[in-house]
Amino acid sequence: MIKITLARLHQKHRTIRYPDAPPPPLPDRLRGRPLFDAARCQGSCQLCAESCPTGAIEFTADHKPRVDLGKCLFCNDCVQACPQHAIRHSNDYRLAASRREELVVEEGQALQWAHELGKDLKRLLGRSLKLRQVSAGGCNACEADVNVLGTVGWDLGRFGIQFVASPRHADGVLITGPVTQNMQSALMDTYRAVPNPKIVIAVGACAIAGGPFVDHAEVNNGVTNLLPVDLFIPGCPPHPLTILDGLLRLLGRVKD
Amino acid sequence: MTTPSAPDMLTLINAQSVALDRIPRHDLETFQRIVSAALHAGQRASAFFGAAADQPGQTDLFIVLAHDNNSQLNLLCTQVEGGHFPSLTPSCPSLHLFEREIAEQFGLRPEGHPWLKPVRYRTSWDSQRDAWQRPRGQAILPGVGDFYRVDGPDVHEVAVGPVHAGIIEPGHFRFQCHGEEVYHLEIALGYQHRGIEEALLQNSGRRGLHYAETLAGDTTIGHATAYCQVLEALAGGFSAVRAQSLRGIALELERLANHVGDLGALANDIGFLPTASYCGRIRGDFLNMSALLCGSRFGRGMVCPGGVGYDMDAARIKDLQTRLTAAEKDTANAVNLLFDTPSVLARFESKGVLPPEMARTLGMVGPAARASGLYRDIRHDHPAGIYRFVHLPLSTWDTCDIFARGYVRWLEIQQSIEFIREQLNAIPAGPIRTKPGPLKPSRLAVSLVEGWRGELCHVALTDAQSLVRRHKIVDPSFHNWMGLAYAMRNQQISDFPLCNKSFNLSYCGHDL
Repeated sequence: MIKITLARLHQKHRTIRYPDAPPPPLPDRLRGRPLFDAARCQGSCQLCAESCPTGAIEFTADHKPRVDLGKCLFCNDCVQACPQHAIRHSNDYRLAASRREELVVEEGQALQWAHELGKDLKRLLGRSLKLRQVSAGGCNACEADVNVLGTVGWDLGRFGIQFVASPRHADGVLITGPVTQNMQSALMDTYRAVPNPKIVIAVGACAIAGGPFVDHAEVNNGVTNLLPVDLFIPGCPPHPLTILDGLLRLLGRVKD
Repeated sequence: MTTPSAPDMLTLINAQSVALDRIPRHDLETFQRIVSAALHAGQRASAFFGAAADQPGQTDLFIVLAHDNNSQLNLLCTQVEGGHFPSLTPSCPSLHLFEREIAEQFGLRPEGHPWLKPVRYRTSWDSQRDAWQRPRGQAILPGVGDFYRVDGPDVHEVAVGPVHAGIIEPGHFRFQCHGEEVYHLEIALGYQHRGIEEALLQNSGRRGLHYAETLAGDTTIGHATAYCQVLEALAGGFSAVRAQSLRGIALELERLANHVGDLGALANDIGFLPTASYCGRIRGDFLNMSALLCGSRFGRGMVCPGGVGYDMDAARIKDLQTRLTAAEKDTANAVNLLFDTPSVLARFESKGVLPPEMARTLGMVGPAARASGLYRDIRHDHPAGIYRFVHLPLSTWDTCDIFARGYVRWLEIQQSIEFIREQLNAIPAGPIRTKPGPLKPSRLAVSLVEGWRGELCHVALTDAQSLVRRHKIVDPSFHNWMGLAYAMRNQQISDFPLCNKSFNLSYCGHDL
């Protein structure tokens, strides 16, 4: 007992104070939204679009780059392919959106961050949101960083958000992975077993658009075409703070 | 064709390539005789796989045998005509899953295989052949098929998954129980199958490295290193020592994060919450150290063909050293508390035993093998990259139980911290990336990396046009899932989560 107490003193209180205080510092090399320097990018070579592993970059008719953050793996391929060194990653963790099309952003366009649940749903779920997590073909990185939110450092429970062991106890499902053919029926069964009203959260590039496995015969391109999604959290995998930010926006606990 | 005087096998070392036509090609019977003799003499199968042969309807079978004692890898191959071959599994059980995989991918039926079931529940790559004679177009449903069944009074069956009670990857577990006691556990996987080897066959180009990074997301550095190493070997080598040191640091950070997380998870599964919560957090500290290197907590973007994507300057090295020291103290505090508590030891000791001879028979790798007293670690036996210059001692334990699998992790945590500290004090100067040359035609390369779960094996073959015609991936979980099933025999079913966690195998790494 004395050892446990001494260890407890050594390990200290470590839960972050966010959102009541600023979030913990993020790594300086964190790769957020790809940003294009309009002065350098003429939109003529489009080597970035060619190099993108998932086809997340397109150019508009007037040669402006447009990035689909739902498809983006937040890798370095476009940055390295650009002969003008016009691309860099933003360090902003706030990426979650409420609608799929809001993840497709033109250069210079601000992100439309996720908005809170409608009044009725917020009254029901705002202070107690129980989620069933379904891992459907991912690589276990999104799962790991969703799991991290349950550790003492983040303590997701203080927002009333919990992952539960049965769909019958859940208010919604949080999905990771591109939804493999082999997981489709288990996912649909789980969704059906959740009582109404229910929400769907897609975490990570795979769940949103198929990720690196987009257009494989073995997978669906994410959950977007299978279920109505209420919250999209991009990333490969998203930083835990990006996931938390998305969940808190949904509950109306974070606005800016 | 092999002349009578040619050696049975071609010997090479890790991260090396050889011309395809130098690999001894035997008739099937000779091939099987040599393989069986080698396995019984103590060599291990690191990979055993098929590749479409030049002649239609025929399949090449390659095997990579690891001779750990003298740091050699041995290669040989054969060709199978028609739709079946005699199974070697009855005399060499460590091949059982490899043969099932060959059956599923190439429609070749290993006759006499005692456990011939699908691996990933997918269609055959060969549209003309199916090992189970399933009609083309018929849906193949995961987890549907024959399961081993125990009958008798009071025997009951428990089925779990594919969706589990926590945030866990999908898999299906079928227990045959008598009261609390598990007689038998059968594990059906394939739910995470997303077709990575199939995609690599079509010369994935832009996506190759991203597939490697997402084979098993918690092993991003390990698989990316193995992937890059196999391509570098096909291109004729790679010499940026600074990059090799940085790869080593990243690989050991990955091991630290996962091992610390596993010790916390073991504590959690027996309800010992202090260590569970501390290790959960400290794991994050190690992940954040990976993010300090490359911006990603999982090491995405760190390893790339020809070197690494990010360098470290003096300030970053100092930052990492400071964080490492703090995390080391916190880990020692949390883990010593775990192993000093008698009620914890009572739950860990003599549970989930996997005896050494069974571990060897099944072909176990990684900490799970070392906890069964086996001396095998790629960093020690088949060193490549920085491990050729820095020798890590083997960490083993011989009680073969849950305690051993936890304790080996703790020993390795201490070794990895020491390794990183040593590297940080003297990272070699030089470039972090050199442009890899073009792949050479008609060659085969083998790359082994000791990931935190064990041996990661990538084998790649080029054709005459230098295109990759086959890229075989073997995750350590592929070797080890059967070990978990064995370790559950005669255990209480309520100890399954704990026993499972002590192996902590990958579903996606197995399912590809």
